[in-house]
Amino acid sequence: MAHGWEMQHDDRVVVIGQDVGVNGGVFRATAGLQARFGKHRVQDTPLAEATIAGMSVGMAAHGLKPVAEIQFMGFIYPALDQIVNHMSRMRYRTRGRLTCPVVIRTPHGGGIHAPEHHSESTETLLCHIPGIRVVCPSSPARAYGLLLAAIRDPDPVMFLEPARLYRAMRQEVADDGRALPLDRCFILREGSDVTLVTWGAMTVETLRAAVELDARGISAEVIDLATLSPIDSEAILASVAKTGRLVIVHEAARNVGVGAEIAAIVAEHGLYDLAAPIQRVAGFDTVMPLFKLEHDYIPGVQRIVDAARLTLTD
Amino acid sequence: MPTVAEFKIEYKRILDFKGALVAKPPAFATDYEEVRGMYRAMTRERLFDAKAVNLQRTGQLGTYASSLGHEATHIGVGAAMRPEDVLAPVYREIGTQMWRGVTMTEILTYWGGDERGNDFAHARHDFAWCVPIATQTLHAAGAAMAFKILNEPRCAVAYIGDGGTSEGAFYEALNLAGARALPVVFVIVNNGWAISVPVAEQTATRTLAQKAVAAGIPGIQVDGNDVFAVRDTVAAALDTARRGGGPTLIETLTYRLSDHTTADDSGRYRNPDEVREAWTLEPLIRVREYLVKAGAWSAAEEQAWAQECAREIDAAVNDYLKGSKPSTDAMFDHLFAEMPRHLVEQREVARKYATTTGGTSSGQSSGQ
Repeated sequence: MAHGWEMQHDDRVVVIGQDVGVNGGVFRATAGLQARFGKHRVQDTPLAEATIAGMSVGMAAHGLKPVAEIQFMGFIYPALDQIVNHMSRMRYRTRGRLTCPVVIRTPHGGGIHAPEHHSESTETLLCHIPGIRVVCPSSPARAYGLLLAAIRDPDPVMFLEPARLYRAMRQEVADDGRALPLDRCFILREGSDVTLVTWGAMTVETLRAAVELDARGISAEVIDLATLSPIDSEAILASVAKTGRLVIVHEAARNVGVGAEIAAIVAEHGLYDLAAPIQRVAGFDTVMPLFKLEHDYIPGVQRIVDAARLTLTD
Repeated sequence: MPTVAEFKIEYKRILDFKGALVAKPPAFATDYEEVRGMYRAMTRERLFDAKAVNLQRTGQLGTYASSLGHEATHIGVGAAMRPEDVLAPVYREIGTQMWRGVTMTEILTYWGGDERGNDFAHARHDFAWCVPIATQTLHAAGAAMAFKILNEPRCAVAYIGDGGTSEGAFYEALNLAGARALPVVFVIVNNGWAISVPVAEQTATRTLAQKAVAAGIPGIQVDGNDVFAVRDTVAAALDTARRGGGPTLIETLTYRLSDHTTADDSGRYRNPDEVREAWTLEPLIRVREYLVKAGAWSAAEEQAWAQECAREIDAAVNDYLKGSKPSTDAMFDHLFAEMPRHLVEQREVARKYATTTGGTSSGQSSGQ
């Protein structure tokens, strides 16, 4: 829907990717766009991720705003060379002469009973790259508003779409062309005892955990990070200043995860506000298993509840 | 101007779609016991494949990539290889894998979301399924490099799809194999469709076989629905490779009679007339006709074989369905030869929060 709005209002926006045309994308995210805007502006690419990223660089440097789809996050790696070495630094190394207003959309995370390499959450790899934004919406409304913002942004944005929310969540969204701000958190639930920071599909489990904590008399504030890089430090520090406790929840592996960066920010700038050590609830430092074990990998509500309670015990 | 390079691509077909020989048959094609064996394997693949699709439709299997229509290519390749050769499959070539000893239960276990399906009891040196497109072609070239360095008379065979030929890794593999004259054979299964994208939108080349030209290696196109042509061509390429003659690229022209996977609906992008037409050229009928005409196969044998396959399939499905959920330890136990301390700790966390009972059923020590 955000694609359609922006293509209607900005002729420079083009959609490219594998199966985005007649088929409308394997998750139906681009359904109907080719019929509406034609084969030039909605193009199936050859089956090659480096092609998708590299041609986006060229198109963006020369007047277009590509919105590219990588079919699954596990297939993004051939594109990384182009993203790291060109897309992210085109503006920097040409001193602003050439730029890359590209959006790369890709499904993120597991829990959809998918085959191997279809359930990855490797956002950390992207967040480590200077010069790109990494965004991960947590609802259809935020997907709409943040995607519009990403397309309008003059710099590259990696747009990670939580795969299990494609199907799990239905919401009426007004197609009014109103963007949501990048680089800002969203407070999904206000609370006073503990801050739970998360993003993407894990907002579902985290909000459930907040309800359970509430039943135990613990008031949890839930923050949807939304833009994973750069991080909205101010909002997190303000919340921690209020609650004195921080639990970071993510599906991605724990080691050097985005949670580590958030913990470091709070350690640097909010240590004296903390009444208890920071807790991280994350995926294990293993390969995302095939689907028989995926729900043993993805942090569950109980792990989040237990971590939050740990910050409240002496 | 002088011409400095020219190329031609040959097309091979031995058995036409009516079961008539249209070229000189190789020796195995007139050995009816051999042909019966290949035909049985093709039928077995098709019946098992149908069962796997059915299991997915009834919620008993994950997303599954059907091999319907690819049986001649799969069995032709399998029959041409030696057991000691190495196969680098994509994710649709169960016929070749089954020929090489991969069991139906293993196939179902993998597509049922359990890595134990990759731990083949036979064909232990073959690579596992490979979902990241085209990456396996370099593994095959690497295996071939190992055989060359270790002076072992073995070959590697890599499959790739028509869509996969757009990936850089594919060209890199061809280039390396050509430059080092590696004992590897690349088989492009051109089934016309990369999910919703037809070959003509993938590339402007007339054939995919001619992609060999830029790598300086031979390329040939064969009727991928003709098991004789596939086997004969792959066997010749393997023979050349084994004798130090270097790699070959083989394009087998076939058709994906199924959806891309069970998660796909090809009705959205494919003309049903095209599929109907493709059914008239499918690979099983011609072999059956050929055998029947030679008096080497009968309706009674067909029925008996189908029943035998059904029994085998039922037993495999039964084994698969009664298999236990893997232990949560399985997420940790095979990541490193020796488990680092942080994983030992995380394994404990996983046990504590296992979603069903039996999370520690593998009997591993607690690591404390």
